[in-house]
Amino acid sequence: MSLPIGVPRGEVAPSPDLAPRQPARRVPWRIILLVAVALVGGLLMVTPFVWAIATSIKPRGALLALPPQLIPSEPTIGPYLEVIRRFPFMRVFGNSVLVALTTTAGQLVICSMAGYAFARFQFRARNALFTLYIATLMVPFAVVITPLFIIVTRLGWGDTYAGLIIPGMFSAFGTFFMRQFFLSIPKELEEAATIDGAGTLGTFARIVLPIAGPALATLAVLSFMGSWNSFLWPLLIINDRDLMTLPLALSTLQGMYPGQTQWNIVMAGTVLATVPTILVFLFAQRWVIEGVAGSGVKG
Amino acid sequence: MYERGWQRYGILALFLGPSLVGLTIFTLLPIGASLGLSFTDWDLLTPAQFVGGRNYVQMLGDAEFWRTLRNTVTFLVGYVPLVLTAGLLIAVLLNSALPFRGVFRTMYFVPVVTSWVAVALVWKWLFNPAYGLINSALGSLGISGPAWLFDPNWAMAAVILTSVWKDTGFIMVIMLAGLQGIPREYYEAASIDGATRPQGLWHITIPLLAPTLIFCLSISLIGAFQVFDQVYVMTEGGPAGATMVLVERVVANAFSYSRMGYASAMSWVLFVLIFVVTIFFYRLRKWQA
Repeated sequence: MSLPIGVPRGEVAPSPDLAPRQPARRVPWRIILLVAVALVGGLLMVTPFVWAIATSIKPRGALLALPPQLIPSEPTIGPYLEVIRRFPFMRVFGNSVLVALTTTAGQLVICSMAGYAFARFQFRARNALFTLYIATLMVPFAVVITPLFIIVTRLGWGDTYAGLIIPGMFSAFGTFFMRQFFLSIPKELEEAATIDGAGTLGTFARIVLPIAGPALATLAVLSFMGSWNSFLWPLLIINDRDLMTLPLALSTLQGMYPGQTQWNIVMAGTVLATVPTILVFLFAQRWVIEGVAGSGVKG
Repeated sequence: MYERGWQRYGILALFLGPSLVGLTIFTLLPIGASLGLSFTDWDLLTPAQFVGGRNYVQMLGDAEFWRTLRNTVTFLVGYVPLVLTAGLLIAVLLNSALPFRGVFRTMYFVPVVTSWVAVALVWKWLFNPAYGLINSALGSLGISGPAWLFDPNWAMAAVILTSVWKDTGFIMVIMLAGLQGIPREYYEAASIDGATRPQGLWHITIPLLAPTLIFCLSISLIGAFQVFDQVYVMTEGGPAGATMVLVERVVANAFSYSRMGYASAMSWVLFVLIFVVTIFFYRLRKWQA
């Protein structure tokens, strides 16, 4: 394609021999081609989901059909019933909701308050302390994980909700993120509130937090996604099936059947676990994409 | 802060205290403990024994460690260029005047919000040598597909492809945000000077997008060093150790073999690698600015 770039369609200067042609009626080949390319890529992204759904409604025998059927000839809801029968699915789902919501709520409160302290308070060692926060962002989770496991189990939080939730509530990233936001808003509003006699806590709660809505929403989305999809930590800290979160429970599905993994049942579990995530994403899409694009964090 | 005297400390403690206590117990203390542990032998049952640098020396002579490091680098070398290229191309595509852009963006982004465990399970089934969709698609093209996750030569390739599929949308949205910061006028000016579209991409988009590209390169590198979930679910490091990677070995050493000291030492090697990468990109950004 060697069309001049940036020239609005229909304004290409007609060469003399093409003069009778009407530029506005031309088939927009370029757009069609681009849509086709985007569509092929999009299908590549969607096919695994279609394959998961197709598998999840196949009877066991149809799994071994060659070539595999993308549309099952005898669809059945058997695998879903089997997952729910063999697995406390609602319980696991509830665990994930509980853990993600409380972790997020905790992060919002703790990070916004600490971020505000770093942005507005004057105290000794502030910069040194903030540098320490930033430095911890570089440390991979693998470094922390062994001692963290020992500390949390010594606290008696092995196999408890506390063990799942509390360590996740303190985020150096979240503190940093909120501090940057507070630094970006003008001080005048807060100063006006002080002149009117409001204390720091009152100013923070009534003046600052309401303006911080978008930043809090972004942090909430990232925190929720991170907690919802977290796998390694629950894997280590939870053995009790009644306390498992969705990713952990899913990972045990493939080991539940000695010998051959029953993929229709595994895929039914995967679909059940994934559909709510996707629905929430479609609903909150703008926040999610802006949050991820703006921070470079997957949650 | 407008309070006076002791009240100042009260307010400071109220705002910063919870965060500081939590970070100390759940991050700072473990970091210190991990460094300390890396100089000990500890199986969790008997008291830890100080062994100096033995874990690190042992690592140098441990074929499994070198294999793990090599596998991690293999993952990184395969994954990073692919995910960056795919993310950039799709971002450029969706940044043009395309109908249904929003729909496409959603399609590409859905894997990012899906949990790694779910994605890994689906791809494990897609890669099934006998009954999976991928080999049957290859078969219909007359290609006899490999055994993928069961073949030491192909397992890492399968993990890389899965990871690229999941993270392309992540890189894409960051690149899209960067692309939207490039003024349209630049392209118009270039087209008046007779530049073609590919020339515009090469001479305008890439240079102006450089900070975003470098950012994406650094976060994808740092992420790739820490690859874990997909490996754990798809292969558990197998077959025959072909997909053993650093974090996976740290977890295995600590929690399967109870070699807490050795696992900690290995995690510090990972930290040093990530630290070097981070400092490099920090310097690069400063130099660029």
